[in-house]
Amino acid sequence: MTKLRRTMLFVPGNNTSMVVNAGIYPVDSLMFDLEDSVSLDQKDNVRFVLHEALKTINYQNKELIVRINSLSNGMGQTDLDYLIPLGKVAIRLPKTDSSQDIIDCESYIEKIEKRCGMKVGTTKMMAAIESANGVLNAYSIAHASKRLIGIALGAEDLVTDLHTRRSPGGLELSFARSMILMAARSAGISAIDTVFSDLNDMEGFRSEVEMIKQLGFDGKSIINPRQIETIVEIFSPTEKEIIAALEIVDVMKEAAKMGKGVVSLHGKMVDKPIIERAKRVLETAKVTGQLARIEDEYYE
Amino acid sequence: MKIIRRSVSGTLESSDIMFQLESSQDGKNHIELDSSVEKQFGDSIRSTINQTLSNFNITNADVSAVDKGALECIIVARLKAAIYHSVSEEDRENKAFKS
Repeated sequence: MTKLRRTMLFVPGNNTSMVVNAGIYPVDSLMFDLEDSVSLDQKDNVRFVLHEALKTINYQNKELIVRINSLSNGMGQTDLDYLIPLGKVAIRLPKTDSSQDIIDCESYIEKIEKRCGMKVGTTKMMAAIESANGVLNAYSIAHASKRLIGIALGAEDLVTDLHTRRSPGGLELSFARSMILMAARSAGISAIDTVFSDLNDMEGFRSEVEMIKQLGFDGKSIINPRQIETIVEIFSPTEKEIIAALEIVDVMKEAAKMGKGVVSLHGKMVDKPIIERAKRVLETAKVTGQLARIEDEYYE
Repeated sequence: MKIIRRSVSGTLESSDIMFQLESSQDGKNHIELDSSVEKQFGDSIRSTINQTLSNFNITNADVSAVDKGALECIIVARLKAAIYHSVSEEDRENKAFKS
């Protein structure tokens, strides 16, 4: 079944209230943070909080991800020592500059999996791309490990590296977004967009979500539950799209019976790419729970 | 495992607990608890604290806790963190910290 990653909510690890209550939010993924939102002197404390909370709390069917610290200073390895044995979280590696970063992280994860008697490969990974090097290496990063479920853009560090700043419209991120999307699609993994930090600019947020949806992204990292509804609305197929997809699939089934590869529907040509898109719409609608009702009405 | 230095962990935010941990004078464990849910959960919180100390074979702890309605997993996490910072470097390698 298609795995939706429309909404990936950041949960600062040191905020115990958010850590224990994160399960109430209707998001696809929860991303618990051990990195930038946690001060250096709190890293140990937060490791214990996440270890105990993730071990104990049932976050229902949400995908659980932990953003660890960099492996370059040894902190990332300690994070992994505590988290991997739980066997229930994917690891988001920050500031991934090259495929070697993924290989190094994977190698350390594998050691822990073997030590704990876990099946090697159980732990999934994500890579955050936050530098010019990372963007230029996006293709090799996305293909660096079978554990990867997605790559994500981290814009704040990237724009600093690019000697610019974020702006409405995101012109400065257009190359990075395109690179990351192409790399993700080439590797068959998810492409996740960066956070939108201005919680008071909901109009700007909506524009950005519409743009990344149009580009082809699977979803967006978010920093506040207020941002969930807009993303879910924009990333869920409309009733009109679902009905159109049902029509396309139906008409193609009929065409296949007659041995035709291309048919016409409402005066427009329907061929393989259109059918693929229609199937994707139906898969998404199935996961969002929209399909059953609309299908019932459609076939009545 | 011996408590050899004083440490503090946690916060006074809602759903959290703050621990101060230091070695006791008489070589026994003592727990001083101030909780916003003392009436309903005081005994349970003390039991969790005692059990966690016992998991680390600690018998010389003066524990002072200010609880703001923390779940059991947060109580354990914050106490583990305090223990981690109160024991020797060698004891920090103990598997109980990651279990």
